[in-house]
Amino acid sequence: MNTELIGVIATFIITIVIAIPFGKYIVKVFKGEKTILDFLIPVEKTIFRLCGIDSTKQMNWKQHLIALLSINILWFVYAFIMLLTQGSLFLNPDGNPSMSPDLSFNTAISFVVNCNLQHYSGETGLTYLTQLAVIAFLQFVSAATGIAALIVVFNAMKEKTTEGLGNFFDMFLKSITRILLPVSSIIALILVFNGTPASFAGKDTIHTLQGDTVQVSRGPAAGMIGIKHLGTNGGGWFGANSAHPLENPNYLTNMVEMIAQVLIPLALIFALGFYLNRKKMAYVIFGVMTIGMISFLIPTMIAETSGNPAITKMGIDQSGGSMEGKEVRFGASASAYWSVLTTIISTGSVNSMHDSSMPVSGTMQLLGMMTNAFYGGCGVGILNYYIFMIIAVFISGLMVGRTPEFLGRKIEAREMKIATMIALLHPFLILVGTAISSYMYTKDPSVGWLNNPGYHGFSEMLYEYTSSAANNGSGFEGLGDNNWFWNITTGFVLIIGRFLPIIGPVAIAGILARKKFIPESAGTLRTDTGTFGIMTYAVIMIIAALAFFPALVLGPLAEYFTLYHH
Amino acid sequence: MKTYILPSLKLSGILLIICSALYPLFIAAMALVAPGGGNGKKVFENDQVVGYDNIGQKFTNDDYFQGRPSAVNYNAAGSAGSNKGGSNSDYLTIVQARIDTFLVHNPGIKKSTIPSDLVTASGSGLDPHISVKGANIQVPRIAKLRKREEEVLYSLVKKCTEHPLLGVFGPERVNVLKLNLALNAL
Amino acid sequence: MTPSQNKSLFQKELISEAFIQSFIKLNPKQMIKNPVMFTVEIGTCVMLYVCISILFNNNGSQGSLTYNVVVFFVLLLTLLFANFAEAIAEARGKAQAESLRKTREETPAKKVVDPNKMDSDHLEIIPSSQLKKNDLFFCIEGDTIPTDGEIIHGLATIDESAITGESAPVIREAGGDKSSVTGGTKVLSDRIIVKVTTEPGESFLDKMIALVEGASRQKTPNEIALTILLAGFTLVFIIVCVTLKPFADYANTPITIAALISLFVCLIPTTIGGLLSAIGIAGMDRALRANVITKSGKAVETAGDIDVLLLDKTGTITIGNRKATHFYPAHGIGEKQFIKACALSSISDETPEGKSIIELSGFSKSEFETEDPQFIKFTAETRSSGIDYEAGKIRIRKGASDSIKKLCEKAGNNFPGEIAERVKLISSNGGTPLVVCENEKVIGVIELQDIIKPGIRERFERLRKMGIKTVMVTGDNPLTAKFIAEKAGVDDFIAEAKPEDKMNYIKNEQQQGKLVAMMGDGTNDAPALAQADVGVAMNSGTQAAKEAGNMVDLDNDPTKLIEIVEIGKQLLITRGTLTTFSIANDVAKYFAIVPALFITSIPALQGLNIMNLKTPESAILSAVIFNALIIPILIPLALRGVEYKPIGASALLRRNLIIYGLGGVIVPFIGIKLIDLAVGLFF
Repeated sequence: MNTELIGVIATFIITIVIAIPFGKYIVKVFKGEKTILDFLIPVEKTIFRLCGIDSTKQMNWKQHLIALLSINILWFVYAFIMLLTQGSLFLNPDGNPSMSPDLSFNTAISFVVNCNLQHYSGETGLTYLTQLAVIAFLQFVSAATGIAALIVVFNAMKEKTTEGLGNFFDMFLKSITRILLPVSSIIALILVFNGTPASFAGKDTIHTLQGDTVQVSRGPAAGMIGIKHLGTNGGGWFGANSAHPLENPNYLTNMVEMIAQVLIPLALIFALGFYLNRKKMAYVIFGVMTIGMISFLIPTMIAETSGNPAITKMGIDQSGGSMEGKEVRFGASASAYWSVLTTIISTGSVNSMHDSSMPVSGTMQLLGMMTNAFYGGCGVGILNYYIFMIIAVFISGLMVGRTPEFLGRKIEAREMKIATMIALLHPFLILVGTAISSYMYTKDPSVGWLNNPGYHGFSEMLYEYTSSAANNGSGFEGLGDNNWFWNITTGFVLIIGRFLPIIGPVAIAGILARKKFIPESAGTLRTDTGTFGIMTYAVIMIIAALAFFPALVLGPLAEYFTLYHH
Repeated sequence: MKTYILPSLKLSGILLIICSALYPLFIAAMALVAPGGGNGKKVFENDQVVGYDNIGQKFTNDDYFQGRPSAVNYNAAGSAGSNKGGSNSDYLTIVQARIDTFLVHNPGIKKSTIPSDLVTASGSGLDPHISVKGANIQVPRIAKLRKREEEVLYSLVKKCTEHPLLGVFGPERVNVLKLNLALNAL
Repeated sequence: MTPSQNKSLFQKELISEAFIQSFIKLNPKQMIKNPVMFTVEIGTCVMLYVCISILFNNNGSQGSLTYNVVVFFVLLLTLLFANFAEAIAEARGKAQAESLRKTREETPAKKVVDPNKMDSDHLEIIPSSQLKKNDLFFCIEGDTIPTDGEIIHGLATIDESAITGESAPVIREAGGDKSSVTGGTKVLSDRIIVKVTTEPGESFLDKMIALVEGASRQKTPNEIALTILLAGFTLVFIIVCVTLKPFADYANTPITIAALISLFVCLIPTTIGGLLSAIGIAGMDRALRANVITKSGKAVETAGDIDVLLLDKTGTITIGNRKATHFYPAHGIGEKQFIKACALSSISDETPEGKSIIELSGFSKSEFETEDPQFIKFTAETRSSGIDYEAGKIRIRKGASDSIKKLCEKAGNNFPGEIAERVKLISSNGGTPLVVCENEKVIGVIELQDIIKPGIRERFERLRKMGIKTVMVTGDNPLTAKFIAEKAGVDDFIAEAKPEDKMNYIKNEQQQGKLVAMMGDGTNDAPALAQADVGVAMNSGTQAAKEAGNMVDLDNDPTKLIEIVEIGKQLLITRGTLTTFSIANDVAKYFAIVPALFITSIPALQGLNIMNLKTPESAILSAVIFNALIIPILIPLALRGVEYKPIGASALLRRNLIIYGLGGVIVPFIGIKLIDLAVGLFF
């Protein structure tokens, strides 16, 4: 076995080894049990006192959502104004300009919703102030929003009939103080000691060995890169994101960043098992998600390590894999693994350019975002999976001859209505968005959005909306997306694609929590079995993947067949 | 909704101070003891800064080992890949041209031994590395121009080869800047 | 006339009726109730328009006229098949109900004109359909009872075989729990005056027929939830197909309207959409075939969810009644003397227990010559019965031990320890002890034993595997009840049950979120029947009981509950499996149609044509034809229902997932390929 493959497998195993105890730790945090960070309790209490928040007050699901939406609106307004005026604010050593209104709109939303779609390039599009006070700030709070929403659902899944599902602000603040800040500090320090800049000194000018004069962008990047991965945000300090040698200096940092981005999504799955004392269910969910991940990973690995057949035809040595858009220090395998991870969880950071991936890999990246439930984003991944579980429970409940029940609560028309709507939303946003842009482009190709012709150009548009709807943030970056059309349309897709999939599961869980709890009997369909896992997997693949089949055929699959069979 | 606005505002303000000021300052402070002091690791030749050890540089002269094609021409004020799709015919033409150019500059090299990383653009445009094959294949050219034994250069490449992490994780590669510095130092 | 149980699924007269109905049901007003099929109807109309416009102006962009016409007809056929499925289910249900109703229609009724003169001279003969609620009618030996009612005067032997198929006549009398008579049954002896309890057209059967006919058919909760899901799928595929147009324009690939509509119709879940209402009706129909009248579709569905089953011991778990098995004379009492006393005390006892005592004693009634016998009937107060003779000099009583004990102790006689011992022993062996006393002195004990029905243990085992808890309800003391409960294999029992005990038990279980089913007949069962989630009233029961329950069992068979649960489960399973099948079909249909759409302009996509279908036209046609044909192919399954197997939920899911999920993926690949081989000859 080659060292590139071993590196990938080791990274995955290390992730699981860390994620299980970390999941236990998360449970302790939210159950209020003793943890090593309890010395922060006075700090948290002080913060709540200063804010006038009673953190012990229980909220029902509606109050949770109102609190969540209120604070998110505030962040959006703040971020929008900051980006619009950054050029004339302080901490701008490189003298970068303010953003246009449409770009500010898109960027503010993109970071509020944990997507981190970047229609700008970090080195020139932001100032140190906005990098830290807007981008990094939102990376913290948007991730904490996702975690808090998930804990609400966890509380609702408990075996008792209840209205009170915890306090939103309490769970939100603890997510930051106990989980995000400490762990991203560790990541940032590892990065710093491997060469990632952290100082406030601006651009450097150097004379190269060959005698050229080159400027080098730097900045206090390490801290942001820590939270960027840990919070499944993905928005990079530099334009090339984690392909940039300062953002991701070597194979060790690459492993750390890969582990960091999938750590919380994985830990939260295990946390579900510990929190509800349904460990078997957590393992089944983990199993299904891992099978989903691997089913995307294997084709990607094969495609990327085999190289571009069109280049093979030119007669050169492609044993190193398809290297366009990739970095030599990571190699084709680790880049392939990263591209799958970053699309199934909603990070969207990249260590290779997806636009230059092989068509099969592009298909898998798209499918990763279309399903959006294998591991998934920080907190929201399980929320998406929850919706699919509800649908799977409903169909399989019927199949065994019982009104469907999920964790002791009957699934009825109202819950199905919400679940169906949320499941429907994703294809709706992606397909309609891509349809409009295709129409616009066909009518007037002079808009010049596309960096590649033909099927691949279509994939660029499809990818952009898929990434927006999945709140992923990666892109086929060849797309010329910094213009009003893309900024505005993806902006709206981002908002809807973020908040409805949070509102839906929280509402369903909240409604179910109020229903009578029915203890399990021999006739109850257990949701912690392999069979049910397979059922859920089938539901995800059929709902999420099948709806996109025609679009995939016209994009990456047509490219694949053209490239490989002609 | 009103009841939550004011607390949210205050909470956001406090978190802004914690996450956007205290946190990066803490990291910056810790970075002072890191190599490069949080400004990135610099590389020197004769006490002159010649670059950052992991920011790739443009080498166009044939007597240097050359790095990979760059979509940003190794301008580290920005960074980007080519974002060309594998089936794009314009792109394939460019790759073909790079192969042809390489063969012109490296006569006697068999086309089938050219590794793909030498003719494809990196993701960041600043890739500091090339594959070991990519270094070795340039040895005959440089040996000829610098009038060195090929064997000496091959062992230099070997010496400059960065091994997989702990010997088992990740690819082998050669840092072009460091290799060229070593070449100059010969 | 017993409703036949094994009629073939498709009878000639039913088919022709259903055939006509399938066209009538094309009315958009009716179609809109089924959103999936309604969209198909819209698609069919669009195709009709396309065909007509090609007829007048064929520029070739939409393909040949023949091809378009064929697509139109296949879509129309899809609609007709779906309508036919619903119509045939309706027709079957209606026919079943009609055959029951016919027996009671237009029977001459002898209406009592003046309630004050209830004799045979003041009668008016009218057709039964004119009887109104609260009218009184008169029936005499040989009459057929014109409609449902309650006996307010008299007693009669009645042959109920027309309804229940049970040939043994039953006795019905005024007052008490056996006062109800059913239209269509026949009076064998005596005379009765009956009060009509339902308005014409409002009997349970009438209600059921209306339910089946669709006018008042309401969707059940699960059906609504499923319809929402299916509508969701339909919406997704509307989006898929509408957005495909600009995608194709970008790729410079013209798509014909026929292809787009075919893709759409194939992708939406037409199979389950077309069969959904048929499945629901068939569920009620199956209940009816089991001689159970359901008052709503929901009740059948709920039956499938039952967690707790309350069963009366007598008749359900044990055969009829207890039988005397032993005589235990008290110390110092001769066996023969004791047995004779026992027999004497039971002469007038018409209960099965009493008869069995005489039987066991070996005496015949004529052997008893007593002077001035006075029979003491059983009352709830004394809880004993017996006989006084020789002018009250000799008084024999038999009854439950505590009542006899009370009787004896009242008279100053003690209750012997050995008898108490014996009583306990009998009880703990599941028997019922009857203590006998003569002149307030205990003379012995009779042991009565319950006979547990053969096979009942297996049935309860089956229920346990379904996850259903069985509860035996009995008037026995706890010791006896426990013994029988263990022997029969029920999970729990309510001993010495009073009606309110049942009620409390039900409420308690419901509090814990369980669904409870029970069967009852008496008026005092009515509150519990109403409280239970599924209350099955026996047809022989009182009107109050029948009103309170949501099902009526015409056979008066207490084990019927088990069947009802299975019918309910079958209903849900059929819906679930056909939904899975329908959705799984999409995989193959995608692989048939999508390559066909684009292959002309993107020849490389031949690689996706894994079924190797001949031409784009034949591929599309094969997919829609398969989509249409699968509906009639599955009608028998929808009507019969998918079999329920009590193998545990997970195992059942695995089984159905393999058959209908995996099968649903594979079958259309084969089907479409075969159809393509045929269609490919023409296109």
